[in-house]
Amino acid sequence: MSDLLALFVGIALVNNFVLVQFLGLCPYVGTSQRLETAIPMTLATAFVMVLTTLLTHSLYNFLLVPLGLEYLRIIAFIFAIASVVQMTEIYIRQISPVLHQLLGIYLPLITSNCAILGLALTIAEFPLYEAMVYAIGGALGFGIVLVAFASLRERLQSETIPRPFRGTPVALLAAGFMALAFAGFRGMG
Amino acid sequence: MSLVVQEVLRVGLTLALLGVVFGGGILLLSGWAASKRPVNRLADRINDLLPQIQCAKCGYPGCLPYAEAVASGERADLCPPGGRETAIALAELMGRPIAEPSETMATNTVAFIDESKCVGCALCISECPVDAIVGAERFAHTVIIDHCTGCELCVPVCPVDCIDLNAKVAHA
Repeated sequence: MSDLLALFVGIALVNNFVLVQFLGLCPYVGTSQRLETAIPMTLATAFVMVLTTLLTHSLYNFLLVPLGLEYLRIIAFIFAIASVVQMTEIYIRQISPVLHQLLGIYLPLITSNCAILGLALTIAEFPLYEAMVYAIGGALGFGIVLVAFASLRERLQSETIPRPFRGTPVALLAAGFMALAFAGFRGMG
Repeated sequence: MSLVVQEVLRVGLTLALLGVVFGGGILLLSGWAASKRPVNRLADRINDLLPQIQCAKCGYPGCLPYAEAVASGERADLCPPGGRETAIALAELMGRPIAEPSETMATNTVAFIDESKCVGCALCISECPVDAIVGAERFAHTVIIDHCTGCELCVPVCPVDCIDLNAKVAHA
């Protein structure tokens, strides 16, 4: 049990996907301009992370390992992730147009989110329950960081910033400082 | 040699299997979604006739909302960019008598940029839904009258208020 907790905190904070492993940086910078885009992105990513973990984990252990084709995992996982995202989008559009509108373009964008692929590659050889804990922790960590960064950038918009630093440069600096702060969690490991 | 062939076959078949499973899944799901969606709604057919420039001059936020309003009884002649042709096409589709052009349509206007006041900010260019404004940043812009639909979307974004709407002058 404490192992699982350590795994959970480990991936959520200590080995955070975005700020420590530098995975999933494109949605981190791209969707963090406003909270109202960061929150749907967080939800969509968490949803897809948990779903693809189930799928890629069983794909790896029940298809690729028995066939001795482990080296195909990257292409197979990308295949699986893209299909899951596509199916999820079709399903959500049919079931709840409101949710579909809320997630908007962020759902298809997740196909190319490397945090999802990184997660799938990391957990492929874990036992399933550990993989699920890892996925949920990773999604939570991604969400925390994205929402915190979006709040930060909203505050930055009302600050007086020297002209050369306005916009993206100051956002990247802020991201760097956040990564430094997260480096502090290293001590917990 | 035969080992290589075997491996290629194995990989090929595995990927083909994945493709069939996932592709088939998507196909089935989209087929299911398409069967659930009401086909050929009146609003969709109306929407197909509208110009899709989303200027909101009709008083609705865009073309699809206006199409839905027309389907449930709104007047069909409120679309200035569509002009008289659209109004007639809509009236035919709805089986309604073809009305005289309404007031919004009668005031057939086009935008005019006062080039002596224009500062070349290019804000109006990105706002124009039909690309009827030519110019570049830091150069004065002008309007291509034949393309302008008089939707007025460029007026509020102009920082120096140099855009007016003039009556369309017929020219050869």
